[in-house]
Amino acid sequence: MSDTPDIPVLAVEKLAIALPAGADRLYAVEHVSFEIRRGETLAIVGESGSGKSMSANAVMGLLPPATRVAEGAALLEGTDLLKLDAEAMRGIRGRRIGMIFQEPMTALDPLMRIGAQIAEVFEAHGLLTPPERRARALALLEEVGIPEPERAIHAYPFQLSGGQRQRVVIAMALALDPVLLIADEPTTALDVTTQAQILKLIRDLQHKHGTAVMFITHDFGVVADIADRVVVMRQGRVVETGPAAQVLSAPSHEYTQALIAAIPTGRGAAAPPPAKEVVLAVRDLTKTYRSGGGLFRPARVVPAVKGVSFELKRGETLGVVGESGSGKSTLGRCLVRLIEPDSGSIRLDGHETMGQSAGEMRLWRRRMQMVFQDPYGSLNPRTRIGRIIAEGPIAAGVPVKDALRKAGELLAMVGLDASAVDRFPHEFSGGQRQRIGIARALALDPEIIIADEAVSALDVSIQAQVLALLADLKARLDLALIFITHDLRVAATICDTVAVMRKGEVVEMGPAADVFGNPQHDYTRRLIAAIPGRAEGDAFAQAAG
Amino acid sequence: MKGFWSRFCRHKAAVVGLIVVALVLIIALIAPLLYPVSPWKMVQRPFLPPFANPNFPLGTDTLGRNVASGLAYGARVSLLIGTVSTLVALAVGVPIGALAGYFGGWVDDLLMRFTEFFQTVPSFALAIVLVAIFQPSLVSIIIAIAIVGWPPVARLVRGEVMAQRKREYVEAAILAGQSDLTIITRQILPNVVSPIVVLASLMVASAILLESSLSFLGLGDPSVMSWGYMVGAARTVVRQAWWLSVLPGVAILISVLALNLVGEGLAEALDPRSARDAA
Repeated sequence: MSDTPDIPVLAVEKLAIALPAGADRLYAVEHVSFEIRRGETLAIVGESGSGKSMSANAVMGLLPPATRVAEGAALLEGTDLLKLDAEAMRGIRGRRIGMIFQEPMTALDPLMRIGAQIAEVFEAHGLLTPPERRARALALLEEVGIPEPERAIHAYPFQLSGGQRQRVVIAMALALDPVLLIADEPTTALDVTTQAQILKLIRDLQHKHGTAVMFITHDFGVVADIADRVVVMRQGRVVETGPAAQVLSAPSHEYTQALIAAIPTGRGAAAPPPAKEVVLAVRDLTKTYRSGGGLFRPARVVPAVKGVSFELKRGETLGVVGESGSGKSTLGRCLVRLIEPDSGSIRLDGHETMGQSAGEMRLWRRRMQMVFQDPYGSLNPRTRIGRIIAEGPIAAGVPVKDALRKAGELLAMVGLDASAVDRFPHEFSGGQRQRIGIARALALDPEIIIADEAVSALDVSIQAQVLALLADLKARLDLALIFITHDLRVAATICDTVAVMRKGEVVEMGPAADVFGNPQHDYTRRLIAAIPGRAEGDAFAQAAG
Repeated sequence: MKGFWSRFCRHKAAVVGLIVVALVLIIALIAPLLYPVSPWKMVQRPFLPPFANPNFPLGTDTLGRNVASGLAYGARVSLLIGTVSTLVALAVGVPIGALAGYFGGWVDDLLMRFTEFFQTVPSFALAIVLVAIFQPSLVSIIIAIAIVGWPPVARLVRGEVMAQRKREYVEAAILAGQSDLTIITRQILPNVVSPIVVLASLMVASAILLESSLSFLGLGDPSVMSWGYMVGAARTVVRQAWWLSVLPGVAILISVLALNLVGEGLAEALDPRSARDAA
């Protein structure tokens, strides 16, 4: 598809970026070389801390303070970007290289209208007259597929959806027709169906303009969908390079093999759940948010959970999947009553729990515990690990000494050293913190664990470990698990039963194999179709096997 | 803790501020040793200029009292009133702010309207009225300063607690069955200590200023020597004896400035973002 395949648009040679003294390693990236040709998409894949974003920032001349390029070159059509001064680099950024960021909300100025933000790109490079800039902004919005561009041009970022905002960022990146587009995790913050649309948009625009794309991601599914060639990075070094199809189907480096093996395959679990007694029965659960009501205007009413019913058996894993705003997290919090539902019935072991006082709730709450999403926010930064885990039993009247001893045992159970009890949360990695969160949930000997996006913030290899831990604990302790996630691949891997939520309603529910193998509802089908890298699922399965 | 000190010491102005505050504190503590004679006692002829008599390096006032001795004893009063009134204001403001921020809803509305009631009255005017009603004394001055000082504390704590309230570790504590009081005191408050410490250091400074202003207007405790009283008493003779108003004025200026520098240094040293730079 490229016209002049012999001249790379970008050639990075032996790049090394030095970290400030005292960091955990000397170089953020070292010996990194790759090239991107016209019309080609190069995916740089790696887990957090692999140096993939750092490489892109070096190319853009946007390295964080205290880091510097130690050696190497980044040739953009023959010009070494690393040797340019700030002034020359400004001329290149935006004009020759466009950039798309991960979080479209923070990439846009919240107080500036969309049209003005796009026009600013031309203004920064002193191009065109104001009316021309406006016309170009409009044309760009049309090109990136924003509905009603005439209206969107006057909108503020908060008035657009996440996907639309990312389209605006793409419009800005492509405004000056750059030869190279750097996309740093551009779809990570988006829902799966939106992600599929944005990936398609980037692909279409690339074909149309012949832009070279450097696509940074942690998700091999996205790689399979978009990349021509792949660079796999680990701890600042390139471990494998090659055409996408080859790297995905026959990875040669063991790290790549391990990464691909860790990807949830998205195949439904075959084993049917053993028939046991029902521990949790939910009927017509409803929660509606009302906000912004004034004297003269009606309140905004958002039904977060609408008439949800399900039964959960001992030893069963129920997956609740849906996109952001589908009400799946509200549902989880309603069950443990962190949010008070409006109506419905929640029966725990046959006992109704609705309409109880805070004191009565405390009696059964220990039987339903939660594992949270954010490994950083869910542990109190000023409390020692032992105390964090022991807090529940202590509140329930267990002597502090016994509770702390049990905390040590629980830590061993989730695969951490028992000496961790005396340490603080910031001394642990994301995956370790999530294990601590699980230990805390187990401290009260619950029957039901609700995991709210418990692995979403983790790297794929860590994610696989935590999922395995959850499955193992569930089997050993005969727990019932409610697994809330936006990631259908994860849900398919771990769940026996799956409920698909949209706009507060369960649109489809059934055994995981049925829901994923033979989806009945139109929305479920769309969700499954949007899973990145689905076509390559077989390749993953083979590589894993 | 070690990281905190090294970060604090990176701000030279803050270190200078801390040294000045320490000096003022030392002078205040050893004032009775330096000047065993009461600062109210007449010791020389009136209007002795500074450096005229080596025994009285800062001169004497309108009644022949030792200015240096007055400044040393004044430091005691200023620091005492500054710290105690700040502690009282924290004791009132922190619980009110924490309750409002934690429970939200009508509790928040009620407590915040109550707080605003105090904030709508000009604080200096309120302090004057309170001291006038209760008779000027150390206790009434401390209470008056605390009463005008707690609303900003309550508002700050409320905001910080509200932000922490939404964190998942608080939800986890609720699920663990902890009582609301335990969650506020053991989980949330330790995480909002930093901004409170910073605000407190600035409040000590403004309390010293407020006390000086009250004393200047003749509403100070008549039995203790204070900087504000010295400035106030000397204002009629400012043309004959400039040092009588300038010297205590400089003492107020330096102490307040030093406390503000310490406050800013604390703010930067306790800011988690600067903690990340150092890491």
